[in-house]
Amino acid sequence: MAASELSARFRPGERVRVRKVYPLGHIRTPFYIRGRSGVVERLCGAFGNPEELAQMRSGEPKQPLYRVRFLQTEVWPGYRGNPEDALEVEIFQHWLE
Amino acid sequence: MKETGKYQPYNYFQLMEVSLRELLVEKGIVTEAQVAATVEDMRNRTPERGARVVAHAWSDPEFKRKLLADGTRACEELGLDVPALRLVAVENTPAVHNMIVCTLCSCYPRMLLGIPPDWYKSRNYRSRAVREPRAVLAEFGLDLPDEMKIRVHDSTADMRYLVLPMRPAGTEGWSEQQLAAIVSRDCMIGVAVPRIA
Repeated sequence: MAASELSARFRPGERVRVRKVYPLGHIRTPFYIRGRSGVVERLCGAFGNPEELAQMRSGEPKQPLYRVRFLQTEVWPGYRGNPEDALEVEIFQHWLE
Repeated sequence: MKETGKYQPYNYFQLMEVSLRELLVEKGIVTEAQVAATVEDMRNRTPERGARVVAHAWSDPEFKRKLLADGTRACEELGLDVPALRLVAVENTPAVHNMIVCTLCSCYPRMLLGIPPDWYKSRNYRSRAVREPRAVLAEFGLDLPDEMKIRVHDSTADMRYLVLPMRPAGTEGWSEQQLAAIVSRDCMIGVAVPRIA
């Protein structure tokens, strides 16, 4: 069977929010970034879903993976530093809205 | 450590490693020679590889453009195999400084930098690099001016990151070998910048 992958729903420059949910299991979305909003920096390609792979399943359909840029001041209340300091995190599509 | 020649029993992890390896060999899944070759290969991956990439990017603008556009392909051009995982090179400029962390575990561009240093895997670095990068960098002896923006890259999934530092002034006319010698591992993680001695 050919590998299946989902098509990308977001474009670079688009504003997105990380879903604020707390499922159990092997999750590659850090807690600190859940519920935060940022801007898509780039689409990295489609990769096996790590939450499925961790259960010894195929990881398909592959999930588009994005690099999302967050402003530090929007991630951490009271952040000290340049107001344009940023954090870039890889987030799978099913975690974005 | 001084070799005393005294018998030391295996600890838990050593015992697990030996047991697993012997089982795999016994079942014909791998051979001793393959295990030895893989260990050798891992040992051969050192930060000198990354430094070569940086020095080449400093010397060849066309290569630098390719490296920033597609790190994996650019490295293949230098004969460096970057399997499966994709390499993203991020460029330091007078306006932006980049640093790398993996808050979830210890993802690291091993193909270019070898085995990560212990501090990179520490809870201290992993939790603070994203929260207070300026304080962390100051502890590494790097005080960045407030006007300079810091971009922290959290390697949470399939990408691996390499910081392309700024080429220091005073290195005009240097050979790639000379340049590579001032590019340390920490410069490519983004907790240091290259300096001329």
